[in-house]
Amino acid sequence: MKPKLYVLVLLMGLAGLLLTAGATPCFAQIDIHIHTATGPMESHVGNVVGHSEEGAKLYRRFCIGCHGPDGDGNGENAMWFDPTMGFVKPRDFTLAVFKCRSTPTGTLPTDEDLFNSVTRGFVTTNMPQWRGLTDQDRANLAAFVKTFSERWATQKAGAPIPIPPETPANIESILRGRVLFQKMECWKCHGPQGHGDGPSAATLTDSKDVPIRPYNFSSGSRFKCGETNQDLYRIFMTGLDGTPMPSFADNIQPNDAWDLVHFLRTLQPMNTPEAALWKPYVAAHGKELKPIGQEQPGGGN
Amino acid sequence: MFLRLMRGVVRSMRFPLWTAAKLATVAALLFTAAQPLYALPGLKTMAIPAFARKYGLPCSACHTAWPELNNFGQVFRDNGYQLMNDRDSPIWQNPSYFPITLRMTPNWHLENTTNQPVDSIPGGGGASTLVSKTVQMNGFDLSGMDFWTAGTLYKNVTFSLLPSSDATATFHFENAFVRFDNLAHSTWFNVKVGKFELDNLISEKRFLFLSANGGLYQNYHFAPAGDTNNFGIGDNQLGVELTGHSANSYTRYGVAVLSANEGTVGFGNGNNVVNAGRTYDVYLTFSQAFQAGSQGLQRLGAYAYFGERPTYAQTSAGVPITGLGLGNKPFYRAGFAGDFFLLNSKLEFLPLYMHGYDNVYLGIGAPANVPLATACPPTVLCQAPTWNGGFLESHYYVNPQVVLLARYELIRMDHQALSSNPDNQSNIDAYSVGYRWYPIMFSRAGLAFHNEYSIVKSIGIVPLSGNGVGLPPLAANGKVWSGSLFIGFDFDF
Repeated sequence: MKPKLYVLVLLMGLAGLLLTAGATPCFAQIDIHIHTATGPMESHVGNVVGHSEEGAKLYRRFCIGCHGPDGDGNGENAMWFDPTMGFVKPRDFTLAVFKCRSTPTGTLPTDEDLFNSVTRGFVTTNMPQWRGLTDQDRANLAAFVKTFSERWATQKAGAPIPIPPETPANIESILRGRVLFQKMECWKCHGPQGHGDGPSAATLTDSKDVPIRPYNFSSGSRFKCGETNQDLYRIFMTGLDGTPMPSFADNIQPNDAWDLVHFLRTLQPMNTPEAALWKPYVAAHGKELKPIGQEQPGGGN
Repeated sequence: MFLRLMRGVVRSMRFPLWTAAKLATVAALLFTAAQPLYALPGLKTMAIPAFARKYGLPCSACHTAWPELNNFGQVFRDNGYQLMNDRDSPIWQNPSYFPITLRMTPNWHLENTTNQPVDSIPGGGGASTLVSKTVQMNGFDLSGMDFWTAGTLYKNVTFSLLPSSDATATFHFENAFVRFDNLAHSTWFNVKVGKFELDNLISEKRFLFLSANGGLYQNYHFAPAGDTNNFGIGDNQLGVELTGHSANSYTRYGVAVLSANEGTVGFGNGNNVVNAGRTYDVYLTFSQAFQAGSQGLQRLGAYAYFGERPTYAQTSAGVPITGLGLGNKPFYRAGFAGDFFLLNSKLEFLPLYMHGYDNVYLGIGAPANVPLATACPPTVLCQAPTWNGGFLESHYYVNPQVVLLARYELIRMDHQALSSNPDNQSNIDAYSVGYRWYPIMFSRAGLAFHNEYSIVKSIGIVPLSGNGVGLPPLAANGKVWSGSLFIGFDFDF
């Protein structure tokens, strides 16, 4: 090929580029108009500062299909997530109500909470783990999510709840937790065996009246907001806002919450330390235990 | 002024004006064909087929620009095409969902190759001699077709099946494997069995070039003049692979044991007389990524392939028995590669270095049951051919829908197999530029407009693109320039 043909090719390419670049904004991902409720926002996660302007580009790239251009959870894919089939609708950011927080119920989550949610994803939903993105990208997304609700402009995030050191996981603690499971009526939603099949389970809806299912401990899957005992403790004390799972911060003491954590771990199919204590105990004393799931004024034991 | 400039350009190329006019007309028609796309009302650009349909994610979630993976896509792939959210198994899919992707590229392309040996009298004849000429072809064409299905059989058990055809619909299995993920509940242990792409840090199967000359990495398929080793590190191979990765795939490793048959199925395959060695090759890879603030994710890795190929076959009454290769001789390829981002991840650089070595018997194409002194031509020193090669590829992502492409690639012979070969024989320089525009990127389908120009200079060997008459130049140090101009629509569904 004659070298000067390069010039022709270059001109052709340039012409094509001009045409295509000019056409792109007609219906480009980059051109979808996003409606935000606030001006630019920042997030602060450790040493990383997230910027919503950068987050907007990432949102268009990764999130808009489900959460939508308005951040209301009505992206083009939302219609396929049928709650009656066990799917969970995408989060509506305009309400600024978030399940996974380290802050008291009713308050805004911290930037780190949002960052962790993006990182962790939500098990049993279509929200994947975004660990593949850099810390900076996830911080940018956390900042951008805040622009969908005016609450972020007018309110401050709540203060993270304190998590005291975990109490010893022993049979006594597990038994106390079992009593609490009965007394606090956890079984009504989560079921006597923790299978998510309590008498109220079928009637539960979230704050948008969308059917929602309680967690099934026997599935062995991660919890929505983490997988450690600390995460489970935090879920009791903060509640999952926007769902029927309340905060128990005003109802139980920290030590009681740890007892409940220890008992709930026995409901999981994994070989947890608590299960290792509980299985032989049940084998030896199972007949002495009152079944969970009946109205027991005095609590079950 | 512009017309005068164009006329000058065309004249200087010594192109007949009508040829230039036809070129321009074809280009104009193609661009015109693209115009209706501009008028589509309010289309949101989401993306790729089989998995995008399954998960409802835009294609840009997994791809910098499809088909090239970004790190999220790499994590997804490393997890065995699973998002790991306990919704990957088929039981969670709508029963009507079937994970099939189709991909094809209707296109117009021009291939131009210099220094090709052709008959001085077309059609041959007594007085005809071989002369060097430039050969040019152009016209509308089709690419091959991918008919890809992949997905999850059960949690942590995944598969891929890719019957791929050439442009005449002759199919072969480009890949077919089953994969067992997260063994021992660890992301560090995943096993794949079947035919698959080697775990190259820079994938040739998911790269962004399509033309005959640019649509392959020269380094991934290179063999020096006279070398009978048909191994290409870019070719899918048959075997078993153990891979592992950190949760975010920043750290990755792979160990593969592969049949020495260049991915060709069937022991008795007729094309396999020499290629089917009854030995196993080993491929090792490792890469580490790290964050560089707002610049994005940077990755550096190393790789090494150690293999053997037979140099002759067992015979029966003098007739080679296919698949019974003998006289295995070693070879290796080793090097490092990277994937670096700058300018807020808008500018990507993909560098690769490769060192190649083939045993002398492979290098001179001689059977190993013949003493080297006999196999080697008189007065010529025979030695193992070695070479160094590499490329630097760059992508500039104007936005998620427009990417500009460029690549420079070179191969330099270090030692020629025959001392009589010119020092620069088999050297290659390759240049590619282009762009891809993705007007349609739904989570149901994708369409890219692709424009690319690639040109390769090879010395004394037939260009890897196979353009022209497919023969080396008449002189051992003759330079062959092989160019491709490609304009097409790359669609998948």
